[in-house]
Amino acid sequence: MTETIEPTTPAPVLRLEGIVKTFPGVRALDGVSLSILPGEVHALMGENGAGKSTLMKVLGGIHQPDEGLIIVDEQPVIMSGPLDAKAKGIVFIHQELSLADELSVAENIYLGELPRKRFGLVDWAELEAKTNTILEKLKVSFNATTRVGDLSIANQQMVEIARALTVDAKAVIFDEPTASLTDAEKVVLFEVISDLQEQGVGIAYISHRMEEIFKITDRISVLRDGQYQGTVNTADTNEEGVTQMMIGRKLDLSRNESHHELGDVALDVRGLSCGNLYQDVSFEVRRGEVLGFYGLVGAGRTEIAETLFGLRNPSSGTILLDGEEVRIHSPHDAIERGISLVPEDRKGQGLVLGMNCRDNMTLPQVDDLTSGPFVSDGAEIAIFDQYRDKLDIRTPGWKQLVGNLSGGNQQKIVIGKWLSMRPNVLIVDEPTRGIDVGSKAEIHNLLRELAAQGYAVIVISSEMPEVLHVADRIVAMYSGRIMRTFTSEEVTEENLIAAISGLETDKVA
Amino acid sequence: MQTEKLSKYLKDGAIWGFIVLELIFFSVAGEFFSVSEKAFMDGDNMLLLLKQSAPIGIIAMGMTIVMINGNIDLSVGAIYAICAIVLLDTMTWTMFAGLGNWVIPLAWCLALLTGVVLGAINGLIVWKTGVDAFIVTLGSMLGYRGLVFMYNGEQPTSHLNWSLVDFAEAQFLGFHTATWFLLVVTAVIWFLMTRTVHGRNAYAIGNNREAAVNAGIRVGPHMIINFMIIGFLAALSAVVFYSESGSVNPNDGQLYELWVITAVVLGGTKLTGGAGSIISTFGGVVAIQLLRKGLSHIGADTSTVNLVIGLILIAVLFLDRQLNVKGKEELKV
Repeated sequence: MTETIEPTTPAPVLRLEGIVKTFPGVRALDGVSLSILPGEVHALMGENGAGKSTLMKVLGGIHQPDEGLIIVDEQPVIMSGPLDAKAKGIVFIHQELSLADELSVAENIYLGELPRKRFGLVDWAELEAKTNTILEKLKVSFNATTRVGDLSIANQQMVEIARALTVDAKAVIFDEPTASLTDAEKVVLFEVISDLQEQGVGIAYISHRMEEIFKITDRISVLRDGQYQGTVNTADTNEEGVTQMMIGRKLDLSRNESHHELGDVALDVRGLSCGNLYQDVSFEVRRGEVLGFYGLVGAGRTEIAETLFGLRNPSSGTILLDGEEVRIHSPHDAIERGISLVPEDRKGQGLVLGMNCRDNMTLPQVDDLTSGPFVSDGAEIAIFDQYRDKLDIRTPGWKQLVGNLSGGNQQKIVIGKWLSMRPNVLIVDEPTRGIDVGSKAEIHNLLRELAAQGYAVIVISSEMPEVLHVADRIVAMYSGRIMRTFTSEEVTEENLIAAISGLETDKVA
Repeated sequence: MQTEKLSKYLKDGAIWGFIVLELIFFSVAGEFFSVSEKAFMDGDNMLLLLKQSAPIGIIAMGMTIVMINGNIDLSVGAIYAICAIVLLDTMTWTMFAGLGNWVIPLAWCLALLTGVVLGAINGLIVWKTGVDAFIVTLGSMLGYRGLVFMYNGEQPTSHLNWSLVDFAEAQFLGFHTATWFLLVVTAVIWFLMTRTVHGRNAYAIGNNREAAVNAGIRVGPHMIINFMIIGFLAALSAVVFYSESGSVNPNDGQLYELWVITAVVLGGTKLTGGAGSIISTFGGVVAIQLLRKGLSHIGADTSTVNLVIGLILIAVLFLDRQLNVKGKEELKV
């Protein structure tokens, strides 16, 4: 598409040309070209999975591109790792902070390169002086000796930024920097960004939040399915235009169009809040229905699921199961009441990797599968066989360690584990994360089928095609609040993206 | 897949291979260096070896469960000493004087109960405070040992009951009483860990605590039960040993925790939890006892024995790590 900036403008500080990166089975980046000019804020946008993070990893030298060039100050370079990138003046501010809480601000900023005196002693005076120079530039309220753990998240982020400024930064890349900031803190961050801009630093700004993008950026580049979709001047476009670029015409999604009789309301949540994680959340799920939760990472979806499963205590609100108010204090309670959760992190939270397939599948109900004091092998194998066949789990046998299965089959084990408990409500958090395309489709069909069989299913997903495909209704969340609940008839890619980006939507009932 | 099996076989069988090596080495070396006339592999010598394995071995079974569960218990030596005192002292109490030999089962029960209670205290603190078991039991190790000294100062506590000594020294089918206790405990704990819900859940908690919680397993009660079991076994170990010896010094049982952990780790149980085998722990116990006995058979003194065992422990863990790393690389292919 069109580069709207004429070549007469100053030379870009950072330029990418035709970057290609493939992973087995996926073309993660397919010829991405991009240039960041000195003193501009350049937004990089795209849906989850569009290739933004892969692009960042290529830039940071964590992945080497298969094809294409990285050009810093007109010089093609090879990035051998994050430190190398930093040395070349390309600095990252990650969403996840990586600071040592117990150390002072100054120590964190110069970690690994503390100024030294003779005998290898730290030159504290110089350390403090150097740090204060940087902190002055940032106009922050804390000083060099403050313990980092005592700072607010926003100030910790300032420390990260300060760390970036210890080198002569040419380009600073912000990855979702406002994810955990309050509105007031955002203002400070934006000031820092505009200061950097004035100093001629090129800034790449990755965010899903349209309002921010239109407030602070000069140009917007869009990625979709690993392909570069073009760059536009922020002033020349609007939210719709960008959304259009992000979705494109290619993603003609197969919508969920199956309709079957819905049963009674299985789960009714009214005004549920949990501290500052999410507020005043109300929704209901009927038997035979798949309710999708869509939103950005950190919008509070997983936290709602964890509350329903007894892993968090709500600060207010009520949960009704089959019309009856319940209090759920632990996963044990939840399971007894027929609520099951297939967690987001399959390996960390869902499976015992050192155990075999059968033992994993029967884990929640092994107490009921005993004869006398001993666990009954036969009963366990019967359950395993039943769900292996039902879900088409491909494994050499039940003795196989679950850690040796593919992601798709592991996920089926987790789903089978809960189905064998015959739950009333099945909550599935990111059901296809890290799963190959074929198994994805299988799991989607499975979720549809379960609804048809009369289960109430909640699917949390960060992938739009996924929610559109499996859900009967979609709850759109933005920073802890439900923005709108769509039926499958009224939802479009545009209004869904608008809702999860925090833009006002006309609240049709 | 083939290499995976081989590596698993090597790991599971390693401790038994090591025992065979020890037997061969000490038999051959014994021919040249032995101070005694008897062969090392002499039947009576081997039976004695099993008997001497019992005090550490019985506790090691409990330690295996606790470690599979993802915890550790450093207070076993102190619990052992307290229970020994309870056993010997209660037999002398005047209030039980009229019971005759019926005082023996009573004293046994009191000692075992003491072990269970002390273990439950450990477990309860670990569960309710969330402090690491290493720290909690380090504290209780010091605390419980303090109780031992408070009881009788530096003085030994002694009481010999000859019927009890006869029972403890008896041999049935060739095995000594202590050996029988070790064998029965091993069998029971093996069943517990491989065939019951409690055992299954203990593995799951040790391997991935979060997944276990998400499966509705109540982690706390399982932990307490395991600490009670190890407390019980530390007490049982004391009961078996002091029934025969009849005298306990306030320093008895010191460093037992380390010998026990050494045996368990030699048997392949992971300090990080989630993996381990009762049968291999039995192997580890026998291997250590063989080493101690074998080295003294060829005339080495205690300090040499400790040095050698320490070196072997590190070597074994290094080998284990190499095998594990290799296994992982194979899996990636």
